[in-house]
Amino acid sequence: MTVALVPVAAPVEPRRKSKIPGLNLLRTTHGLQRAMLLIGFVLVALFVLVGLFAPLLAPYGFAELFSGQLPMSGTHPLGTTVGGYDVLSRIIWGCRTAVEVILLAIVLSTAIGVPLGLISGYVGGPLDRVLVLIMDALYAFPSLLLAIVVSITISGGQAGVVGGILSAAISITVIFIPQYFRVVRNATIQVKVEPYVEAAKVVGASPLRIMFGHVLANVSQSIPVLTTLNASESILTLASLGFLGFGIEPTSAAEWGYDLNKAMSDVANGIWWTGVFPGLAIVLIVTGVTLIGESLNDVLNPLLRTRGGTTTADEQEIAAIVTVTPGAAAAAPAAPNAEGQAS
Amino acid sequence: MSQTLPTTAGQPAPAAPPPPAKAAKSTGRYAALLKYLAIRFVLIIPTVWILVTVVFFLMRLTGDPITAMLGGKATPEELAKRRHEAGYDRPIIVQYGDYLWGVLHGDFGKTVTNGNRTIGEVLTTYGPATIELVFWGLIVAFVVGIPLGRLAARHYNRLPDVLIRTFAILFYAAPVFFVALVLKLVFSQALHLLPVSGRASVKTALILDTKVDPDTRIYIVNAILYGDPAVIGDVLKHAILPGLALGLLTAGVFIRLVRINLLQTLRADYVTAARARGVAEGTVVRKHAFRNALIPVVTVMGMQIALMLGGAILTETSFEWQGLGYWLAKYLTARDFVAVQGIVTAIAVIVALASFVIDLINALIDPRVRY
Repeated sequence: MTVALVPVAAPVEPRRKSKIPGLNLLRTTHGLQRAMLLIGFVLVALFVLVGLFAPLLAPYGFAELFSGQLPMSGTHPLGTTVGGYDVLSRIIWGCRTAVEVILLAIVLSTAIGVPLGLISGYVGGPLDRVLVLIMDALYAFPSLLLAIVVSITISGGQAGVVGGILSAAISITVIFIPQYFRVVRNATIQVKVEPYVEAAKVVGASPLRIMFGHVLANVSQSIPVLTTLNASESILTLASLGFLGFGIEPTSAAEWGYDLNKAMSDVANGIWWTGVFPGLAIVLIVTGVTLIGESLNDVLNPLLRTRGGTTTADEQEIAAIVTVTPGAAAAAPAAPNAEGQAS
Repeated sequence: MSQTLPTTAGQPAPAAPPPPAKAAKSTGRYAALLKYLAIRFVLIIPTVWILVTVVFFLMRLTGDPITAMLGGKATPEELAKRRHEAGYDRPIIVQYGDYLWGVLHGDFGKTVTNGNRTIGEVLTTYGPATIELVFWGLIVAFVVGIPLGRLAARHYNRLPDVLIRTFAILFYAAPVFFVALVLKLVFSQALHLLPVSGRASVKTALILDTKVDPDTRIYIVNAILYGDPAVIGDVLKHAILPGLALGLLTAGVFIRLVRINLLQTLRADYVTAARARGVAEGTVVRKHAFRNALIPVVTVMGMQIALMLGGAILTETSFEWQGLGYWLAKYLTARDFVAVQGIVTAIAVIVALASFVIDLINALIDPRVRY
């Protein structure tokens, strides 16, 4: 007996995905949003490229000393500092430090914060309550202060080449872990009651497999947004650590916050080039990352929520945009309904 | 700094306060409210304890204050003797128990550097300066943040909105100390209008520290009590740049918050209804939307206290403003752990209390808060 198999209509492919990263994101934006995103991309790309090619671009080494304070000239386009460093070279090498620290901080904090959030949300019970209490305590505390204390503990004041960057990254990591924890935990609590999780349990999948196979895939969409938002914060924290003297030593890497600290006393002598240029570098890179982060946040409609079912300002903004412009509405992927989550 | 900004998303904008509930209903509501607040209040204790513990062990992992202070300067025997006298050679867990026991009795120990003061002395000496700085910062944040946020929302997606949003992002992106540096370069160095640093000039500080009774240690209050316009002017002149540096950082947050909440409120049904009745747009914004949009802003402001305290460390260091932040940085550099732990505990208590008060206000003014 032959049965004519009627081919089931394949689900319509929603949208052609481009292979170039960021292009999909760009396509979903329009007007002002797109301009902001583009400016952000250009700024960040610039800093990453400068960081990558720092040895070729910088006229001198970041720890190369010259005789005293020199004004801007042909040999030193942005002058030198009181300590005798070439300002332009320090800025260029500083890009490398900034990019390295951001990457390390984000990798470390996701590697710790995400599993903790998953386990806490999935297992629940007393473990969850204790972890939430600890993370909330750390989250509410002034983050810079926490980073300073950790930085002192790790480096003990003297940081080597790798140690300087690593300890700065770990100090920043500590303040981000509670953020990843909160986002992932809240999303996990929502997702773990879904039928497919029940199904996986019935099939006999181990809790670890359910957590990292089934649940993680469904909560991970909130992570990239948080990552970009954190990237800008990590630069500011790195610079603040450097400014207060708890950051990377000037001989082990170029760091803008340290340079700004040294430039503070130059103000009285009317020397502006030692402070203004590293400061502008910080402002530009943070602006670039923030622009990308805000656009991502607007477009992806994340599960980035505070506890207790309240939503973030940006989600509200999306809601506003979605109701105003139908173009953006199509772009927003359907996120699981996050209302009524447990707090 | 990346605080999430809770707003009233997805919920109808708060209109008038709820009509007085019937007696039977309100008993239930307030009983639940009281229970919730009691739990919230009790939770302050473990929150502070966790922070004290974390900071204690993190700081002690690097060594003890005596070694940090005398390291290299004293002979090993002398060092060992001093450490033994201060009890730093005991197991760390014993020291921790000792410290907690002291804290429970209100004894936080004495600072090792800066003249063996008790933590209470440190807080009362330098705390007022920080309160003063935060006060100026908040004024700047309000004066700049709220009108600009309102303007941006009224001109949504048009030029003023774009400019104000850019402004807000730039002020978020600029570290406090860079803003401080630029302000100093412009207003002190180039224009010679304002002093570079400090809370007051030497002469004024002498008057304010010694000749005012009662001594509040808050310079502007002391200056007003003293009553000399020149002294008040001097204090104000010194406050402008630090206030701006700290305030503009917070203003960026306020702009975003007011803008987004006002945008949301402007789409509420009762605002549409007002417009339909022919109420002028300015009146709609001013009378109908703006006040309601401010409710979440008021509650979120309390959350800014952590941001402000973090910013205060940087602002005070930039302007040599001798408050808690300035001295905390000094104590940290000197590895004066007793002082650091004391100040950190104080900050933890302030932050925990502030968040409790916000929850309280939130629960009282917002009928939609669930327990």
